Amino acid sequence: MSPAFGRGVMTNHIVDLKNTDCALIMGSNAAENHPITMKWLFKAKEARGAKLIHVDPRFTRTSARADLYAPLRSGTDIAFLGGMVKYIIDNELYHKDYVVNFTNAAYLIKDEFEFKDGLFSGYDAEARKYDVKSWDYKTDDAGMALTDPTLQDPRCVFQLMKKHYERYDIDTVCKITGTPKDKYLAVLDTFCATGAPNKVGTIMYAMGITQHTVGSQNVKSFSNVQLLLGNMGRPGGGINALRGENNVQGATDMALLFHIIPGYIDSPMNSVAHKDLISFIRAVTPGAGKLPFTNLEEFRELVKAGFPNSGWKIHSSKWVVSLLKAWWGKAASKENDFGYHYLPKRDEKKNYSHIAMFEAMYKGEIDGLFINGSNPVVGGPNANKELEAMTKLKWMVSIDLWLNESADFWTHQAWERAVDNPNVAKISPENIGTEVFFLPAAAVYEKEGTAAQTGRWVQYRWKGAEPVGESKSDLWIYNELVKKVKKVYEGSKRPEDEPIVNMTWDVENEHGHDDPIKVANELCGYSTVDGKPVEGFAKLMDDGSTACGCWVYCGATTLKDGKFIYKPQLRDNKDNSKTGMGLYSNWGWAWPVNRRIVYNRCSVQPDGVTAWPGDEDRMLVRWDPLALADPKKPESLGSWVGDDVPDFIKTVGPSNPAFTKPFIMRPEGHGCLFAAKTSMKEGPFPEHYEPWESPTLNTLNSQVLNPATKVWEPEKQSKSEQYPIIGTTYRVVEHWQTGALTRNLPWLAELMPNMFVELSEELAREKGIKNGQNVIISNTRGDVEAVACVTKRFKPFQINGKTVHEIGLLWQYGFKGFATGDTANWLTPHVGDANTMIPEYKAWLCDIRRA
Amino acid sequence: MANLANLYDVSKCTACRGCQVACKDWNQLPAVIEPFKGNYQTHEDTNGDTFTIINFFEYEDPVDGVRWNFIKRQCMHCLDPECMKVCPRQAYTKTSWGATLHDPDKCIGCQYCAAACPFDIPKYRKREDVITKCTMCADRVEEGLTPACARTCPSGALTFGDRDELLQKAEARAKFLRANGFPRATIYGRVELGGLNNLYVLTDTPDMFGLPVNPKVSGNITFWQDWIQPYFGWLIPLMLTASATSFVTSRILASKHGEHGEHGEGGHE
Repeated sequence: MSPAFGRGVMTNHIVDLKNTDCALIMGSNAAENHPITMKWLFKAKEARGAKLIHVDPRFTRTSARADLYAPLRSGTDIAFLGGMVKYIIDNELYHKDYVVNFTNAAYLIKDEFEFKDGLFSGYDAEARKYDVKSWDYKTDDAGMALTDPTLQDPRCVFQLMKKHYERYDIDTVCKITGTPKDKYLAVLDTFCATGAPNKVGTIMYAMGITQHTVGSQNVKSFSNVQLLLGNMGRPGGGINALRGENNVQGATDMALLFHIIPGYIDSPMNSVAHKDLISFIRAVTPGAGKLPFTNLEEFRELVKAGFPNSGWKIHSSKWVVSLLKAWWGKAASKENDFGYHYLPKRDEKKNYSHIAMFEAMYKGEIDGLFINGSNPVVGGPNANKELEAMTKLKWMVSIDLWLNESADFWTHQAWERAVDNPNVAKISPENIGTEVFFLPAAAVYEKEGTAAQTGRWVQYRWKGAEPVGESKSDLWIYNELVKKVKKVYEGSKRPEDEPIVNMTWDVENEHGHDDPIKVANELCGYSTVDGKPVEGFAKLMDDGSTACGCWVYCGATTLKDGKFIYKPQLRDNKDNSKTGMGLYSNWGWAWPVNRRIVYNRCSVQPDGVTAWPGDEDRMLVRWDPLALADPKKPESLGSWVGDDVPDFIKTVGPSNPAFTKPFIMRPEGHGCLFAAKTSMKEGPFPEHYEPWESPTLNTLNSQVLNPATKVWEPEKQSKSEQYPIIGTTYRVVEHWQTGALTRNLPWLAELMPNMFVELSEELAREKGIKNGQNVIISNTRGDVEAVACVTKRFKPFQINGKTVHEIGLLWQYGFKGFATGDTANWLTPHVGDANTMIPEYKAWLCDIRRA
Repeated sequence: MANLANLYDVSKCTACRGCQVACKDWNQLPAVIEPFKGNYQTHEDTNGDTFTIINFFEYEDPVDGVRWNFIKRQCMHCLDPECMKVCPRQAYTKTSWGATLHDPDKCIGCQYCAAACPFDIPKYRKREDVITKCTMCADRVEEGLTPACARTCPSGALTFGDRDELLQKAEARAKFLRANGFPRATIYGRVELGGLNNLYVLTDTPDMFGLPVNPKVSGNITFWQDWIQPYFGWLIPLMLTASATSFVTSRILASKHGEHGEHGEGGHE
């Protein structure tokens, strides 16, 4: 979503689902994995007559509650949505005012840009990479993009998009996706009706969209649909990425992913472009590339004057310097580049994602591993290989509530298999040299702290019970660990030890206990002069006078009557919106700056004053020409006001060209139908490619696989001649993630006691499988035994005139706990999305037989 | 006191089974871990340690396509409970607000109630030789709380409150559903068996949820409860008289036959 809108976050929030007119749930089983969303969707159905559409390979508990269910074959979302884009354009269902004013539809694209037979211009087949020079806007001499607001120029984004999706007609799409034509048409009719200015539709997705080799482009397709229909930045609309865990958003904000440092800033590399602080700032500030500056003082002047194609990220230097100040305190000074050289630099040519890490471990390149609240032996792709990789570690630390499968990977049970497979390693415990340490962790109710939920609400949780036995909170564990590490380095004068010696570590309160509030203080920012909280990221500085561990959290702390307030602890359950939109702005705190719905500038017409026709109740913000943005500056009249915090620079009025640029985090300021330059690895428009393991060829172009995806182990590809059945994996509501938490609880274990596989009655007949019988599912990577659940809810697909079966496995089982079973991830491949490297858990090939 | 009831709206149930876990938690019931048999509900029915269960039904027809119906089952807390009538030990009582309670201390494990219940709810707990069932969380309700299942339901399918008010709400909801894609939507529990304290809003006819369309008490039980049980007190002297009469008459007859008999037997000797 970041290439389209500027931020990769759930745009709205869970309560806001009640404001929708139509919800398209695709690649998500919300009823099972995000049950609370259903409460608000039911309210939308009851109060607004909203329609609920579910698109999924299998009829699930979500489908059971949907008004309309349409099946599709796993891995064909781009075809499904590309057809939707064509339908919207052909039938002129797009929200014209919105598209012209708020998106880059009118931008002209360079003449060199072209698309031919599944490949965009600039492809290097050898390196499986694109040279993205031609994927860019035509500009005038000042560097500003040329546009055609009539959308008629053949080189404008709108026309190029129309041409790109010409091939995606309804019959072609249905042959690829296997969706019955009548169902597909019903989905198109129902959802595209939200293109009307007074209607708003939302899209909800989860791992069913992202866990593909084209996961990012799947999401980009959603962005295109929602921009065309004018559904972004409005209550009841948006693209709601439902996070797989309750604190994934928080973990990502803290830079869980390897390519970023906290606050979504690119992580520094060992390249020339990142060699010192000023080069790094040049590299991470959009539009700064060719500007003349050699130091921060000069750069500051340029920022103050403003430069084109930068957006809000023009302030990146303040975020970077404040981060360095937070981490190295007094040791970070102007003289030493604020300690920029202390930051570890990643190898420009290396990938550090989950798959890459385990491939490196498999090769013996990694000595030690910390596993904290994770269980790769069950949850990792190609889990047989990951299990084997762990035997090559010298040591491993597992921090968890239970001795889960990963903590006990060295036991006999971990290596037991129902079927002897030459591709699967057989290792005995006596041959495993890894030293394993286990640290018992406190459960969520036994510790304090915040979690940032899927809708970016950061909510504080107080401790409900004392930890059991010797288990400790994560903060306690890391505090003790860092204190020990610092002790080891104490007194060292070696320059390479400085990052540790000089690192600030201030997490203990006056009683000597580790305290989450101390962490919050560093995270949310404080003045290095007087120690007071910084009241918002607009006040962060790049001269060392502020420290802030993660700029997007800046503003969550404040002083009120001399008392320190941490806003995630706020618990006012009154809806502060006048029209009952359910913003609850004083319950917890949402980043950024407590905005509940991002891009909310779009909830009002381009003039900034008038609501979208017929939609007066869903206007979040507006331009008030008589309001004061800053009471101290009465000379500048006019300000953005509203029930929600405006996602806009408050003082930008109609006289400013940025007045109709609602996506402030994008350099263009507009929502991007065309993802320019380096935004996406495989092209500016989503194009359908088949999954790595697919039962069919690509009928839309001669590229089968996403041309920009890295193939890690070509020899492990399961071919459709031998493995004709599509396999997919998913969760059930009764178990949580890898099941370590829930399979150890008898009350949940009894509800879903065994690993099972769902298959259609047709496939069961073909294979002689009866409901409740044990079956074996196999492919090149392993074999899994499971109980057969023969159901009407799975149906064979008709793909290009051929019958193709799909089966679904629960991936939440392992050999520990009360509910046990084989691990479905023994079958999933080591291949991932070209941009994020998220593994393709959702579409691969296999075969099934009676056990 | 007005009757309190639980309203369950199937159109809002996602079968997450949080109610089942909350019930076990509040009532401290042990897990019954049985193998998965090919249906999400896993357990075939409620049991001695499971007071409530979500049943899953799959259907398919050319008009509606595939449907997956969920329904929560537990004691219906009938206004006129059969279990209470058949219990020989008066283990069943009715609270002033409508819950049907069962006292395990009085229970002798005869299971008449299990046979009598048209909804198959009371279940035998072998290890203690007693019957168990849902209590409508009387211990919570009498403290001003709602039943554990209603308290936990995340999607809003369960509402606890005044029965008359809930009936109105249910009628309105069924009407809404009939107009919005569910022409056969109906309510259940208003009149069935003289009324239930567990009310249902159904998206289809009751049989599609495994509910008896017109629940009836079996003939044997009617005979038992209408004829035998009410006169139970009379039966003992009546039977004593009958057996005394029979004893006397048989003696008289025996003495008459006896003479022949003795001869006869003697004859054999």
